[in-house]
Amino acid sequence: MQSSASHAHTSATESSHGHAHHEPGFFGKYIFSTDHKVIGIQYGVSSLLFLLFGFFLMLVMRFQLANPGKPIPIVGALLEKVLGEDMAKGGIMGGDLYNSFGAMHGTIMVFLAIVPVLFGAFGNYVTPLQIGAPDMAFPRLNMASFHCYFLGGVVMFASFFTPGGAARSGWTSYSPLASITDLANRFDGQTYWLIGMVLLITSSLLGSVNFIATIIQLRCRGMSWMRMPFFVWAQFVTGFLLLLAFPPLEAAGLMQLMDNLFGSSFFLPQGLVVSGTPLPVSGGGSPLLWQHLFWFLGHPEVYVLILPAIGIVAEVVSNNIRKPLWGYKSMVYAAMSIGFLSFIVWAHHMYLTGMGTKVATFFQTTTMMISIPSVIILTALFISLWGGSIRFNSASLFALSFLPMFGIGGLTGLPLGFNASDIFLHDSYYVIGHFHYVVAPGTMFAVFAGIYYWFPKITGRHMNELLGKLHWAGSLFFMNCVFAPMFIQGFKGMSRRMSDGGTTYFGPDAGIGADPGVLSLNKMIFWCAIGLGIAQIPFIINFFSSIFAGKRATSDNPWQATTLEWATPTPPPHGNFLQEPVAYRGPYEYSVPGAKTDFTPQGDKN
Amino acid sequence: MEIPYTYKPRPDTGLYNAKVGIWLFLASEIMLFGALFSAYILLRVSAPAGFWPDLALAWPRGLLNIPIGTFNTAVLITSSVTVVLAWAALKMNNFARFRVYMVITVVCAFAFLGIKSFEYNDKFSHYVVRLKDGKAVTGHIEVDGKHPRFWNFNDQWDVAKLADKKITQIKVEVDPERDIHGHVKSHGSHAHEVREIAVADIVSLGSYTPATHPFFAVYFLITALHGLHVLGGALVLAYFAFPGAKMWKSNPEQFINRIEVGGLFWHFVDLVWIFLFPVVYLL
Repeated sequence: MQSSASHAHTSATESSHGHAHHEPGFFGKYIFSTDHKVIGIQYGVSSLLFLLFGFFLMLVMRFQLANPGKPIPIVGALLEKVLGEDMAKGGIMGGDLYNSFGAMHGTIMVFLAIVPVLFGAFGNYVTPLQIGAPDMAFPRLNMASFHCYFLGGVVMFASFFTPGGAARSGWTSYSPLASITDLANRFDGQTYWLIGMVLLITSSLLGSVNFIATIIQLRCRGMSWMRMPFFVWAQFVTGFLLLLAFPPLEAAGLMQLMDNLFGSSFFLPQGLVVSGTPLPVSGGGSPLLWQHLFWFLGHPEVYVLILPAIGIVAEVVSNNIRKPLWGYKSMVYAAMSIGFLSFIVWAHHMYLTGMGTKVATFFQTTTMMISIPSVIILTALFISLWGGSIRFNSASLFALSFLPMFGIGGLTGLPLGFNASDIFLHDSYYVIGHFHYVVAPGTMFAVFAGIYYWFPKITGRHMNELLGKLHWAGSLFFMNCVFAPMFIQGFKGMSRRMSDGGTTYFGPDAGIGADPGVLSLNKMIFWCAIGLGIAQIPFIINFFSSIFAGKRATSDNPWQATTLEWATPTPPPHGNFLQEPVAYRGPYEYSVPGAKTDFTPQGDKN
Repeated sequence: MEIPYTYKPRPDTGLYNAKVGIWLFLASEIMLFGALFSAYILLRVSAPAGFWPDLALAWPRGLLNIPIGTFNTAVLITSSVTVVLAWAALKMNNFARFRVYMVITVVCAFAFLGIKSFEYNDKFSHYVVRLKDGKAVTGHIEVDGKHPRFWNFNDQWDVAKLADKKITQIKVEVDPERDIHGHVKSHGSHAHEVREIAVADIVSLGSYTPATHPFFAVYFLITALHGLHVLGGALVLAYFAFPGAKMWKSNPEQFINRIEVGGLFWHFVDLVWIFLFPVVYLL
């Protein structure tokens, strides 16, 4: 059905151009493409741009934290001009602007950058190739998914310029704060945020249905479940998380939208007083309800951010140590357990809400349980390295540094999972340090590893190794310098929400016990964040120059890999495979004793 | 290479792609409506004392029209039966009968939506009036000789507005009194007795809209979302009955699959209502 429709589409374009060839026009090829590879690239480019944008938001915030009350160099005047005096008077970041940058940094990084780059870009490009499929099961849904995502991004971006500015109630948009921050404007940044989220949720719904159906239905001959590369398993579990965890947030988003636009009280309790005046609403709602619905998505979302990253790392590591993954099956079962357990841990984000100690105990227990499969996966990857003959290239360096970085991120999460220690650490910089270790040097490193690894398949050219290694070294060093000090700040009690970097509490007038040393760490973090930005310059140069001038890939399988995506022509044509692929063996047959070469591709009969 | 199993089932799963897709989509939909139902339960169970149900009014129980709701349930169940009969007619190679059943399905869908909008209209023009003596009445109101209607949804009356317009008296067509279970009290209540109420005696005035009580917020959100599903489903089924039916000639097998997938969605929409009706109307 789909292919005949795309033919019809092609012929429509042809007739309008009056040509008889089978090439779709520019719009058909790049904007309204139904080819999973083009959609993957669309997702990749857009999400990397959003990633950079989110990074710039963070730089401005870090400047403010390091130099509270000082005008922001370079961009300060621009912010004042574009966003108005309320937001950045004299180029100085106002509290509202700080809050809206904070909320949007989180939203953009999670929903517009990391998830789309992992699931939308890598998932779209690589998954069908690895299972030997000609395309996704529903190519037009795939296209619609990207368009919804893009539209959601545009709405989010536009919200900066609305009167009152973008959403500024944190990326979690807790009610009633989210409903009362901007009472002057009914149709405020928060409303944009909600509309943007509904579009993004629609996009991920279409994407996840498509991924799961593709993996169930379009595996090629011989590609049994336990012959699927781990990356595909990770995408499969991620698909279920997105499919089932996002709808409750959509429901919550609709309710908050009603609260904002129609004055209902889903999340507004009785007797709510704002700035001394009772709010004219019926009340009777529950602020806790929002938190439950938000974190019902929010926690599985964490695994959406990490599982595909582990999938990429598994591919890159196995290829570059020339060894099969140790404990492939236990990794698969661990990923499935993570998927299941991630649905019953959400309230560990809510220990401080007064939901009760019995509930907290339940969620503390499940939280400790979910660390077991995570440790199984990480351990399996570490043990895989044992006795490997490791090739150190840009891709493998990023993948290998993922392991300890994700380890730090995961282990620092344990004190947050216990409610006794969480009561002290909650809402402090410790939390920021913890989840950024998971997502930034964790997931982001996997993304970079994936880019260096699959670049030759996508473009036919290699990325420059020297620039790649510079990028890796700089990123690894500065990432740690940015995020490690946050643990110290958190232990010393610094709140994550203060727009002045803690000067109020840790400055010269601070009370007994406050250590002004945490303020100097703000300065250090700022300069390291600048360093981190500079470390990305080699990557950006490398990325664009290699598309046109990189070293040509000499074969279709330059890394001597085993999985099926390397059995396609470079770059893969529409329909991917020249002959019907067949999987004759497992995904990681490296260094098989007695084999001719140190790798035996899945599609090799002998 | 072409995409396989677009309409032929894959041997090991026994399913064609679209069937896997629709089941996954329905799983997601269950989570969506599940979250809304859970929100309803949580809001109702955790409501402050005297708020839900309201002590002055036995509120908001019994406010929805159960006979109309029952009739609408019957309409939707009928359409669920006819959509299966339409699919079965195609399986028996009887296209004319398929079209008849499909048209009945779509007509039922629009009848459902029509009845629902009648109910909505009634709610938007229905007011709850809380009085200074702690009592409260509900009913249709008359201000300045005019009844507020559905189309002035954005032009609702409240106490401040009445004072602004220097209106001192409103008329309320009072609903029969109800006990705490929502049953109409038989003694001493006359249906639709008209009472004149001085604006000075009114504490608050609000129509049956989401802003007035979380019950209405829940009711309107779930039923509106369900209504959108009915509308979407009806449009797709109507497409299959007429312009999309060309496929019956070119690829009957795929056409039957489409009807099956559309029917699955339609049953889901029906099922949501089967839960919605008792939970919102009866409980």
